[in-house]
Amino acid sequence: MTEADYAVVAEALVKRFGEFAAVDRISFPVRRGEIFGFLGPNGSGKSTTIRILCGLLKPTSGRVVVAGHDVSEHAELVRQSIGYMSQKFSLYNDLTVRENLRFYGGMYGVSGAQLREAIAVTLEMAGLTDMESTPVATLSGGWKQHLALGSAMLHRPPIVFLDEPTSGVDPVARRQFWQVIQRMGAAGTTIFVTTHYMDEAEYCNRVVLINHGKLVALGTPAELKREKLGGELMELVCEPSWSAIEALKALPAVVDAFVFGNAIHLLVTDSTIARAEIQRLLQNAGVAMVRFEPIRPSMEDVFVQLTVRRNAAHAEGAAP
Amino acid sequence: MALARKEAIQIWRDPRALLIILTMPILLMALLGYGVNLDQNHTPLCVFDREGNQQSQNLLKLFASNQYFETRQNLTSYEDLIDSLDAGRCTLGIVISNRFSKGLHEGRELGVQGVVDASNDNTANLITGYARQVIEGYSDSVQADYLRLHGITSGLEPVSFEVRTWFNDDLDSRNYVVPGVVAIVMAVIGTFLTSLTIARERERGTMEQLLAAPVSPLELICGKIVPFFVIGMIDALICIGLTIWWFGIPFRGDFALLLFATALFLMTVLLMGLLISTIAHNQFAASQFAVLLTFLPSYLLSGFVFPVDQMPRWLQIVSHTVPALYYVTALKGIFLKGVGLSVIGGQLAALTLCSLAFFFLTLYSFRRTLD
Repeated sequence: MTEADYAVVAEALVKRFGEFAAVDRISFPVRRGEIFGFLGPNGSGKSTTIRILCGLLKPTSGRVVVAGHDVSEHAELVRQSIGYMSQKFSLYNDLTVRENLRFYGGMYGVSGAQLREAIAVTLEMAGLTDMESTPVATLSGGWKQHLALGSAMLHRPPIVFLDEPTSGVDPVARRQFWQVIQRMGAAGTTIFVTTHYMDEAEYCNRVVLINHGKLVALGTPAELKREKLGGELMELVCEPSWSAIEALKALPAVVDAFVFGNAIHLLVTDSTIARAEIQRLLQNAGVAMVRFEPIRPSMEDVFVQLTVRRNAAHAEGAAP
Repeated sequence: MALARKEAIQIWRDPRALLIILTMPILLMALLGYGVNLDQNHTPLCVFDREGNQQSQNLLKLFASNQYFETRQNLTSYEDLIDSLDAGRCTLGIVISNRFSKGLHEGRELGVQGVVDASNDNTANLITGYARQVIEGYSDSVQADYLRLHGITSGLEPVSFEVRTWFNDDLDSRNYVVPGVVAIVMAVIGTFLTSLTIARERERGTMEQLLAAPVSPLELICGKIVPFFVIGMIDALICIGLTIWWFGIPFRGDFALLLFATALFLMTVLLMGLLISTIAHNQFAASQFAVLLTFLPSYLLSGFVFPVDQMPRWLQIVSHTVPALYYVTALKGIFLKGVGLSVIGGQLAALTLCSLAFFFLTLYSFRRTLD
């Protein structure tokens, strides 16, 4: 694949604010037409990265190519071919739904019959057709978010950047919103979306995990869960209830163990060896093993494993 | 011009802002137009006439009939006079000696004592001057009477100083002050109008969205300026209208030239407001900056009331960086002297320079807004 096959290419991106490195040597390619998730906790550098990609911030070093144009050299060309929805869904509360769309359309040079048609399509897609004359101030959070997405998409850009579009929105509205995103993705638009909800990785074709400005992992959600977890995730249920976490962690085949409701979740290197070791431990304690079986790991499990292990490596002074 | 359209809708949707925009010029014009009065009319006067006969009363009548004085109290002791001055019941006390008429009669040199409250030295100077005129007038008439009485009517006349007052025939300080008020009001309003716009976009998070759009900073500046320019010109017409028809200030110049100078000045202050808005972090800070950076310099350093050529050298240099200086000079020239482009061309050029300077500063400041 050449650079032209990618919607976004970031190379060794660094952004420092004084001594603090908000983004620390991040590289990744985004393929055309994919839904690309950018996952990380609050303050991990997601918004800074998305602003650099949109040409709103200059990186301290590194290179960004968006839609085939180098952002630092051809910011205007890049802006023409992207849509951007910032974190606070920037809408004008004192304007109506239609006036907001009209304004953003105008800012992107869409006018006349083309603008009217684009507004009609957007209202339809966002489900706002009945509300076009409603002042935005009176819309609920979920509808505002749909409108903000519509505003960012009005000029039909090939690439859309969405910065935490679902933060602070209720779960039902979140799910609806992702349905809209997936519909757009199916139409060929490349979607770059940041989120701190790890479960939202499941909606993406590929995801990047970042923490403290550093890239932790990159791949499809399935790949990450299979390869990056560093073992198999198992669930253990005992009778009577028993939770000697430290004793479990001391077993050679067990990487990590934690209480999960009335069960224990374990990350093990090999489930057969681990089963034998655990059974021996339980016999000595006089406890019966009711269940010991593999469970589907969540992206959160992957993230926790990756960051905890990295931090532990840091603490031991080993370079990651 | 999507941005200009949006701004216009936003202004129109906010009736409170609209009300402020339209009443502020009227309020400020009234406040400054009436508040700043340099004439010292009806100075409260107390008299202590120790003699109380025809001659002394003649002198006091001159005071009473003079527009600059208003006799408030006739006192009977020196202590009362001191009390009166202390309490601020009068600003000037006149004491006439009990040998006044005798002295006049004998042709001796006579003194009339005046005690003036000089806590405001400027006022005290004015009052002393007015009082001296009254007493000299009296003295002249006494001398003329004396000469006539002794039959001397030689053609000998004292040298007289005949002054023609130009540009402000009535020597009314209002004519001098009010055109300058227009400049101050426009400086405050113009800067205020735009100072909030960018700060508001930033507070609401919409600024980022604007910067992400394929719109150049130049287009953003134009979109932000145009609607406020229209409103600013309406405000300017209100101010000029009030100056001519309400305050009755003579207008001797070319109205088109006045509009042109006003447009230039308005552009300068709107851009200044926009610059403040790009620097300030929120709307509150922006409005504080706007008032501080426009009202004080425009009031003190524009030559509005305080003549610039009387200031120390360094302050004169500072005052030349205040755009209002050029507009005040142009306004006074056009209103009172009716001068044309040949005289105020320099001022207009300076205003053009100012607006260009603010334009480029704003452009520069816009570019680095998010970083």
